[in-house]
Amino acid sequence: MLTRRIIPCLDVKDNRVVKGVNFLNLRDAGDPVELGARYSDEGADELVFLDITATIHSRKTIVDLVRDVAENVFIPFTVGGGIQTVGQMDELLRSGAEKVSVNTAAVANPNLLAEAAQRFGNQCVVLAIDARRSKDRPDRWQVCVKAGSEPTDIDVVEWAVKGEQLGAGEILLTSMDADGTKAGYDNELNKAVTEAVNIPVIASGGAGSLDHLYDALIDGGADAVLMASITHFENYTITQMKEYLRDRGIPMNL
Amino acid sequence: MIVVIDYNVGNVKSVCNAFEYLGCAAKLSCAPTDIEDAWGIVLPGVAAFGYAVSALGSLAELIRRVASAGKPLLGICVGYQMLFESSSEYGRHKGLGLLGGQVVPIPPGRVIPHMGWNLVELPEGMRLFTGLGRQKHFYFAHSFCAEVTDAEAKIAYTDYRFEMTASVQKENIYGTQFHPEKSGKAGLKVLQNFHDICERGAQKC
Repeated sequence: MLTRRIIPCLDVKDNRVVKGVNFLNLRDAGDPVELGARYSDEGADELVFLDITATIHSRKTIVDLVRDVAENVFIPFTVGGGIQTVGQMDELLRSGAEKVSVNTAAVANPNLLAEAAQRFGNQCVVLAIDARRSKDRPDRWQVCVKAGSEPTDIDVVEWAVKGEQLGAGEILLTSMDADGTKAGYDNELNKAVTEAVNIPVIASGGAGSLDHLYDALIDGGADAVLMASITHFENYTITQMKEYLRDRGIPMNL
Repeated sequence: MIVVIDYNVGNVKSVCNAFEYLGCAAKLSCAPTDIEDAWGIVLPGVAAFGYAVSALGSLAELIRRVASAGKPLLGICVGYQMLFESSSEYGRHKGLGLLGGQVVPIPPGRVIPHMGWNLVELPEGMRLFTGLGRQKHFYFAHSFCAEVTDAEAKIAYTDYRFEMTASVQKENIYGTQFHPEKSGKAGLKVLQNFHDICERGAQKC
């Protein structure tokens, strides 16, 4: 049986892993290659590296980082942040990334998802969505772009469905409201999206305790859970998370 | 020396990295002389089937020839799918035809792509799995799967609410739908086993 996945997320800035709250107030969390290798040894199912600066200068750094990680880590990892073209995706995949995630560029040019899927296969193409609960309609969420700084009037669930149709093979769904708060995932958001699409959904934003992970997988229907604060600052080990979930009846790779 | 075929698709480097990490001699190349001289060949692949086949181009015929002559060949993911006769991913495409069977969409009614770690039952006598016990988790990421019609092929299955082929062995032809280079320690052991098969073959010559 396919197991559910535990995915530590490494937000990278100036070649360091950082973590903030609601996308702000960044704290240093270590060296990306060392941390990636440590999580792999501890049994992480996958890793996500996000270049949160995503400038022309950082693009070169992130390719070097992908090469370094790929020489030391033999589990799949996704790279995202500022990717705009199929050529950039190709470079990252050839450097050793298993998947690439796109966010702002896909909103600006949805056809990018289709082009990437036809070239690399849809299993390589992750649509990252930063979701913020709508102030006017609390049962809806709006897509935000440019590292969450720019809200759009695009509905998250509609965008997820469109992304799947275009060729995305997975959705990395981050609740901006929950991110870094350790107050739990937004499972209404997760449920709305997982019920609307047939591709895997990674729940992101808000993990603070072990039962939060369980709730995102069961109530939210997520295929995988992504976390940062609770692993980087050593609240829980990957093994603790997996054993807890396994003991509550969820298939895990242990 | 194992040659990992370099044909302009994603993630060929990861397979080389894994061999390097294991201390196994491997080289990324698309030179026909390297392919002829290799102990064994790995055909990796992160790409859509049609793109991969066209990127492989005239190397396909050479690979088919040396594999038919007995050189060990390991196909991974799309590289494994290309060992079969044909695929229906984004149109109809011919494969290398080294294994009997077709590549078809994973049946609907479940989350697709099949993405993540799934438990593979490891039958006795499949040489890639020597020393790995009866079952292990491996990492999969694919939307198409092979329907094997080849009576001579040994098959390892995984359960994705249907019995799905995870790995095939027919004489010197090996394939894994999963990514051994991304499957942690168990995956590295699969690559080590393939290396050992190739090395033993080379010593006999």
